[in-house]
Amino acid sequence: MRAILLALLLSVSTLPAFAVQPDEVLPDPKMEERAREISKDLRCLVCQNQSIDDSNADLARDLRVIVRERLKKGESNEQVLQYVTDRYGDYVLLRPPFKATTLLLWIGPFAVLLIGALGSAVYLRNRRAAGGVAGDTAPLTDDERRRLEALLRKDGT
Amino acid sequence: MRRLMYILPLLVFLGVGVAFLRGFDRDPREIPSALIDKPVPEFALPPLPGHKQGLSSADLKGDVQLVNVFASWCIPCKAEHPIVSRLAEREGLPVRAINYKDKAENALDWLARNGDPYASIGVDADGRASIDWGVYGVPESFLIDRQGRIRYKHVGPLTPEAVEQTILPLVKELRKG
Repeated sequence: MRAILLALLLSVSTLPAFAVQPDEVLPDPKMEERAREISKDLRCLVCQNQSIDDSNADLARDLRVIVRERLKKGESNEQVLQYVTDRYGDYVLLRPPFKATTLLLWIGPFAVLLIGALGSAVYLRNRRAAGGVAGDTAPLTDDERRRLEALLRKDGT
Repeated sequence: MRRLMYILPLLVFLGVGVAFLRGFDRDPREIPSALIDKPVPEFALPPLPGHKQGLSSADLKGDVQLVNVFASWCIPCKAEHPIVSRLAEREGLPVRAINYKDKAENALDWLARNGDPYASIGVDADGRASIDWGVYGVPESFLIDRQGRIRYKHVGPLTPEAVEQTILPLVKELRKG
Protein backbone atom coordinates (compact mmCIF):
# COMPACT_ATOMS: atom_id res chain seq x y z
CA MET A 1 0.00 0.00 0.00
CA ARG A 2 2.71 2.36 0.98
CA ALA A 3 4.63 1.61 -2.17
CA ILE A 4 1.58 2.38 -4.29
CA LEU A 5 1.03 5.66 -2.48
CA LEU A 6 4.66 6.58 -2.95
CA ALA A 7 4.45 5.74 -6.65
CA LEU A 8 1.35 7.87 -7.00
CA LEU A 9 2.95 10.73 -5.16
CA LEU A 10 6.03 10.55 -7.36
CA SER A 11 3.99 10.36 -10.54
CA VAL A 12 2.19 13.63 -9.82
CA SER A 13 5.27 15.41 -8.58
CA THR A 14 7.12 15.41 -11.91
CA LEU A 15 7.48 19.10 -12.59
CA PRO A 16 9.58 20.30 -15.50
CA ALA A 17 13.20 20.82 -14.52
CA PHE A 18 13.77 24.54 -14.23
CA ALA A 19 17.08 26.02 -15.25
CA VAL A 20 16.70 28.92 -12.84
CA GLN A 21 18.52 27.98 -9.65
CA PRO A 22 17.08 28.87 -6.24
CA ASP A 23 20.04 31.11 -5.43
CA GLU A 24 19.30 33.27 -8.49
CA VAL A 25 15.73 34.04 -7.53
CA LEU A 26 15.07 37.59 -6.38
CA PRO A 27 13.34 38.18 -3.02
CA ASP A 28 10.77 40.49 -4.62
CA PRO A 29 8.29 38.22 -6.47
CA LYS A 30 7.16 41.03 -8.79
CA MET A 31 10.69 41.77 -9.87
CA GLU A 32 11.44 38.06 -10.21
CA GLU A 33 8.47 37.75 -12.54
CA ARG A 34 9.82 40.58 -14.68
CA ALA A 35 13.19 38.87 -14.73
CA ARG A 36 11.58 35.65 -15.91
CA GLU A 37 9.72 37.54 -18.60
CA ILE A 38 12.90 39.18 -19.88
CA SER A 39 14.82 35.91 -19.71
CA LYS A 40 12.20 34.19 -21.88
CA ASP A 41 12.87 36.73 -24.62
CA LEU A 42 16.64 36.30 -24.56
CA ARG A 43 18.31 33.61 -26.61
CA CYS A 44 20.95 31.47 -25.01
CA LEU A 45 23.95 31.95 -27.31
CA VAL A 46 25.41 28.57 -26.48
CA CYS A 47 22.35 26.42 -27.22
CA GLN A 48 20.70 28.94 -29.54
CA ASN A 49 17.21 27.46 -29.67
CA GLN A 50 16.62 27.84 -25.97
CA SER A 51 15.94 30.99 -24.03
CA ILE A 52 18.29 31.79 -21.16
CA ASP A 53 15.34 31.00 -18.90
CA ASP A 54 15.38 27.39 -20.14
CA SER A 55 19.08 26.84 -20.59
CA ASN A 56 21.49 25.25 -18.17
CA ALA A 57 24.53 26.68 -19.92
CA ASP A 58 26.97 28.67 -17.83
CA LEU A 59 26.63 31.76 -19.97
CA ALA A 60 22.84 31.61 -19.68
CA ARG A 61 23.17 31.58 -15.91
CA ASP A 62 25.53 34.58 -16.03
CA LEU A 63 23.07 36.47 -18.18
CA ARG A 64 20.16 35.60 -15.90
CA VAL A 65 22.10 36.96 -12.95
CA ILE A 66 22.94 40.13 -14.91
CA VAL A 67 19.28 40.62 -15.85
CA ARG A 68 18.34 40.44 -12.16
CA GLU A 69 21.14 42.77 -11.10
CA ARG A 70 20.07 45.40 -13.55
CA LEU A 71 16.44 45.13 -12.47
CA LYS A 72 17.56 45.63 -8.87
CA LYS A 73 19.32 48.80 -9.98
CA GLY A 74 15.90 50.05 -11.06
CA GLU A 75 16.21 49.61 -14.82
CA SER A 76 13.13 49.04 -16.97
CA ASN A 77 12.61 45.83 -18.94
CA GLU A 78 13.55 47.69 -22.14
CA GLN A 79 16.77 49.01 -20.63
CA VAL A 80 17.79 45.51 -19.58
CA LEU A 81 17.06 44.10 -23.04
CA GLN A 82 19.03 46.99 -24.56
CA TYR A 83 21.99 46.23 -22.29
CA VAL A 84 22.15 42.68 -23.62
CA THR A 85 21.51 43.60 -27.28
CA ASP A 86 24.30 46.21 -27.09
CA ARG A 87 26.68 43.34 -26.47
CA TYR A 88 25.24 40.48 -28.47
CA GLY A 89 23.16 42.17 -31.19
CA ASP A 90 19.55 41.61 -32.20
CA TYR A 91 20.35 37.93 -32.52
CA VAL A 92 19.81 37.42 -28.78
CA LEU A 93 16.24 38.58 -29.03
CA LEU A 94 13.90 35.66 -29.61
CA ARG A 95 11.36 38.20 -30.84
CA PRO A 96 13.25 40.18 -33.47
CA PRO A 97 12.46 43.91 -33.53
CA PHE A 98 10.63 45.49 -36.45
CA LYS A 99 13.15 47.57 -38.38
CA ALA A 100 14.73 48.02 -41.80
CA THR A 101 16.97 44.95 -41.64
CA THR A 102 14.17 42.67 -40.43
CA LEU A 103 11.52 44.04 -42.76
CA LEU A 104 11.65 41.00 -45.05
CA LEU A 105 11.28 38.69 -42.06
CA TRP A 106 8.11 40.39 -40.87
CA ILE A 107 6.52 41.40 -44.17
CA GLY A 108 7.73 38.43 -46.27
CA PRO A 109 4.96 35.91 -45.49
CA PHE A 110 2.23 38.50 -46.05
CA ALA A 111 3.85 39.64 -49.29
CA VAL A 112 3.94 36.06 -50.55
CA LEU A 113 0.30 35.60 -49.56
CA LEU A 114 -0.63 38.79 -51.38
CA ILE A 115 1.24 37.77 -54.53
CA GLY A 116 -0.51 34.39 -54.44
CA ALA A 117 -3.93 36.02 -53.98
CA LEU A 118 -3.29 38.45 -56.83
CA GLY A 119 -2.09 35.60 -59.07
CA SER A 120 -5.19 33.54 -58.28
CA ALA A 121 -7.47 36.51 -58.87
CA VAL A 122 -5.90 37.26 -62.25
CA TYR A 123 -6.06 33.60 -63.25
CA LEU A 124 -9.72 33.21 -62.25
CA ARG A 125 -10.68 36.42 -63.99
CA ASN A 126 -8.96 35.37 -67.21
CA ARG A 127 -10.73 32.04 -67.10
CA ARG A 128 -14.08 33.66 -66.60
CA ALA A 129 -13.37 36.10 -69.45
CA ALA A 130 -12.57 33.12 -71.70
CA GLY A 131 -16.08 31.78 -71.10
CA GLY A 132 -15.96 30.04 -67.75
CA VAL A 133 -15.27 26.39 -67.08
CA ALA A 134 -17.43 25.16 -69.96
CA GLY A 135 -15.77 27.55 -72.37
CA ASP A 136 -12.37 25.97 -71.78
CA THR A 137 -13.33 22.68 -73.42
CA ALA A 138 -14.67 22.04 -76.88
CA PRO A 139 -17.87 19.90 -76.94
CA LEU A 140 -17.46 16.27 -77.96
CA THR A 141 -17.86 15.43 -81.60
CA ASP A 142 -20.49 12.88 -82.63
CA ASP A 143 -17.81 10.28 -83.15
CA GLU A 144 -16.36 10.83 -79.69
CA ARG A 145 -19.78 10.63 -78.09
CA ARG A 146 -20.47 7.30 -79.77
CA ARG A 147 -17.16 5.85 -78.53
CA LEU A 148 -17.82 7.14 -75.01
CA GLU A 149 -21.24 5.56 -74.93
CA ALA A 150 -19.81 2.29 -76.15
CA LEU A 151 -17.22 2.34 -73.40
CA LEU A 152 -19.75 3.19 -70.71
CA ARG A 153 -22.07 0.42 -71.85
CA LYS A 154 -19.28 -2.13 -71.79
CA ASP A 155 -18.28 -1.04 -68.32
CA GLY A 156 -21.81 -1.11 -66.94
CA THR A 157 -22.55 -4.77 -67.80
CA MET B 1 4.65 38.18 -70.95
CA ARG B 2 3.08 34.76 -71.11
CA ARG B 3 6.50 33.13 -71.40
CA LEU B 4 7.70 35.06 -68.38
CA MET B 5 4.85 33.58 -66.36
CA TYR B 6 6.09 30.10 -67.16
CA ILE B 7 9.72 30.90 -66.36
CA LEU B 8 8.87 32.71 -63.14
CA PRO B 9 8.52 29.60 -60.91
CA LEU B 10 11.85 28.34 -62.18
CA LEU B 11 13.48 31.69 -61.39
CA VAL B 12 11.96 31.71 -57.91
CA PHE B 13 13.15 28.16 -57.36
CA LEU B 14 16.68 29.07 -58.45
CA GLY B 15 16.66 32.09 -56.14
CA VAL B 16 15.59 29.97 -53.18
CA GLY B 17 18.18 27.35 -54.16
CA VAL B 18 21.00 29.91 -54.17
CA ALA B 19 19.81 31.30 -50.83
CA PHE B 20 19.84 27.82 -49.30
CA LEU B 21 23.21 26.98 -50.80
CA ARG B 22 24.70 30.07 -49.20
CA GLY B 23 22.88 29.27 -46.00
CA PHE B 24 24.45 25.83 -45.80
CA ASP B 25 27.91 27.37 -46.04
CA ARG B 26 27.17 29.52 -43.04
CA ASP B 27 27.94 28.13 -39.61
CA PRO B 28 24.87 28.84 -37.46
CA ARG B 29 27.12 28.87 -34.38
CA GLU B 30 28.83 31.97 -35.69
CA ILE B 31 26.88 35.00 -34.61
CA PRO B 32 27.83 38.32 -36.15
CA SER B 33 29.30 40.57 -33.48
CA ALA B 34 27.32 43.63 -32.44
CA LEU B 35 30.57 45.36 -31.55
CA ILE B 36 32.28 45.54 -34.94
CA ASP B 37 33.65 49.05 -35.57
CA LYS B 38 32.81 50.05 -32.01
CA PRO B 39 35.42 50.98 -29.41
CA VAL B 40 36.46 48.17 -27.08
CA PRO B 41 34.32 48.09 -23.92
CA GLU B 42 35.60 49.89 -20.83
CA PHE B 43 37.21 47.28 -18.64
CA ALA B 44 40.23 46.64 -16.41
CA LEU B 45 41.31 43.12 -15.57
CA PRO B 46 43.99 42.12 -13.03
CA PRO B 47 47.10 40.15 -14.07
CA LEU B 48 47.76 36.49 -13.31
CA PRO B 49 49.73 36.00 -10.10
CA GLY B 50 53.42 36.60 -10.83
CA HIS B 51 52.67 38.58 -13.99
CA LYS B 52 53.21 42.33 -14.03
CA GLN B 53 50.50 43.55 -16.36
CA GLY B 54 46.80 42.77 -16.64
CA LEU B 55 44.60 44.03 -19.43
CA SER B 56 42.48 47.16 -19.67
CA SER B 57 40.89 49.28 -22.39
CA ALA B 58 43.84 51.71 -22.25
CA ASP B 59 46.26 48.94 -23.33
CA LEU B 60 44.38 48.50 -26.59
CA LYS B 61 45.03 51.92 -28.08
CA GLY B 62 47.89 52.99 -30.28
CA ASP B 63 48.68 49.77 -32.12
CA VAL B 64 46.92 47.11 -34.19
CA GLN B 65 46.51 44.22 -31.79
CA LEU B 66 44.78 40.90 -31.36
CA VAL B 67 42.82 40.05 -28.23
CA ASN B 68 42.51 36.34 -27.67
CA VAL B 69 39.98 34.95 -25.17
CA PHE B 70 41.24 31.63 -23.82
CA ALA B 71 40.95 29.22 -20.91
CA SER B 72 43.07 26.30 -19.78
CA TRP B 73 40.00 24.04 -19.74
CA CYS B 74 39.22 24.81 -23.36
CA ILE B 75 40.47 22.19 -25.80
CA PRO B 76 40.13 24.24 -29.03
CA CYS B 77 42.23 26.93 -27.32
CA LYS B 78 45.10 24.50 -27.18
CA ALA B 79 44.55 23.62 -30.82
CA GLU B 80 44.76 27.24 -31.93
CA HIS B 81 47.64 28.14 -29.62
CA PRO B 82 50.45 27.47 -32.13
CA ILE B 83 48.69 29.80 -34.57
CA VAL B 84 48.29 32.51 -31.95
CA SER B 85 51.96 32.11 -31.02
CA ARG B 86 52.99 32.34 -34.66
CA LEU B 87 51.05 35.59 -35.08
CA ALA B 88 52.77 37.07 -32.05
CA GLU B 89 56.28 35.77 -32.65
CA ARG B 90 56.67 35.64 -36.42
CA GLU B 91 54.13 38.05 -37.80
CA GLY B 92 54.90 40.70 -35.19
CA LEU B 93 51.27 41.20 -34.22
CA PRO B 94 50.97 42.03 -30.51
CA VAL B 95 48.55 39.55 -28.96
CA ARG B 96 46.93 40.17 -25.60
CA ALA B 97 44.65 37.77 -23.82
CA ILE B 98 41.61 37.51 -21.62
CA ASN B 99 41.79 34.44 -19.43
CA TYR B 100 38.14 33.39 -19.22
CA LYS B 101 36.70 31.77 -16.08
CA ASP B 102 39.87 29.95 -15.19
CA LYS B 103 41.77 28.99 -12.07
CA ALA B 104 45.01 30.98 -11.83
CA GLU B 105 47.19 27.94 -11.18
CA ASN B 106 45.66 26.05 -14.11
CA ALA B 107 46.21 29.03 -16.40
CA LEU B 108 49.85 29.40 -15.30
CA ASP B 109 50.39 25.67 -15.77
CA TRP B 110 48.84 25.79 -19.21
CA LEU B 111 51.04 28.73 -20.27
CA ALA B 112 54.16 27.01 -18.93
CA ARG B 113 53.32 23.92 -20.95
CA ASN B 114 52.11 25.54 -24.20
CA GLY B 115 54.13 28.73 -24.24
CA ASP B 116 53.14 32.30 -23.43
CA PRO B 117 53.11 34.52 -26.52
CA TYR B 118 50.90 37.15 -24.90
CA ALA B 119 52.02 40.76 -24.36
CA SER B 120 49.74 40.78 -21.33
CA ILE B 121 46.89 38.75 -19.88
CA GLY B 122 43.84 39.97 -18.00
CA VAL B 123 42.10 37.57 -15.65
CA ASP B 124 38.33 37.51 -16.10
CA ALA B 125 37.40 35.12 -13.31
CA ASP B 126 33.65 35.69 -13.31
CA GLY B 127 33.36 36.21 -17.08
CA ARG B 128 31.73 39.63 -16.73
CA ALA B 129 34.23 41.56 -18.82
CA SER B 130 33.92 38.92 -21.53
CA ILE B 131 30.15 39.45 -21.60
CA ASP B 132 30.86 43.14 -22.28
CA TRP B 133 32.92 41.93 -25.24
CA GLY B 134 30.00 39.82 -26.46
CA VAL B 135 31.92 36.59 -25.88
CA TYR B 136 29.72 33.50 -25.88
CA GLY B 137 32.27 30.74 -26.05
CA VAL B 138 36.02 30.33 -25.94
CA PRO B 139 38.17 30.71 -27.92
CA GLU B 140 37.31 34.01 -29.55
CA SER B 141 39.68 36.54 -31.06
CA PHE B 142 39.23 40.23 -31.76
CA LEU B 143 41.32 42.43 -34.02
CA ILE B 144 41.68 45.95 -32.62
CA ASP B 145 42.78 48.96 -34.67
CA ARG B 146 45.01 51.84 -33.57
CA GLN B 147 42.08 53.87 -32.29
CA GLY B 148 41.06 50.97 -30.07
CA ARG B 149 38.06 49.88 -32.11
CA ILE B 150 37.06 46.27 -32.69
CA ARG B 151 37.42 45.63 -36.41
CA TYR B 152 37.05 41.87 -36.72
CA LYS B 153 35.89 39.00 -34.57
CA HIS B 154 36.75 35.36 -35.03
CA VAL B 155 34.65 32.80 -33.17
CA GLY B 156 36.21 29.44 -32.41
CA PRO B 157 39.82 28.36 -32.90
CA LEU B 158 41.86 30.41 -35.35
CA THR B 159 42.66 28.48 -38.49
CA PRO B 160 45.57 28.98 -40.90
CA GLU B 161 42.98 29.98 -43.56
CA ALA B 162 41.44 32.65 -41.33
CA VAL B 163 44.91 34.01 -40.56
CA GLU B 164 46.14 34.06 -44.16
CA GLN B 165 42.95 35.17 -45.85
CA THR B 166 41.41 37.55 -43.35
CA ILE B 167 43.51 38.53 -40.36
CA LEU B 168 46.91 39.25 -41.94
CA PRO B 169 45.48 41.27 -44.87
CA LEU B 170 43.33 43.24 -42.43
CA VAL B 171 46.30 43.87 -40.14
CA LYS B 172 48.23 45.24 -43.12
CA GLU B 173 45.37 47.52 -44.07
CA LEU B 174 44.79 48.73 -40.51
CA ARG B 175 48.49 49.48 -40.03
CA LYS B 176 48.41 51.72 -43.09
CA GLY B 177 45.36 53.64 -41.89
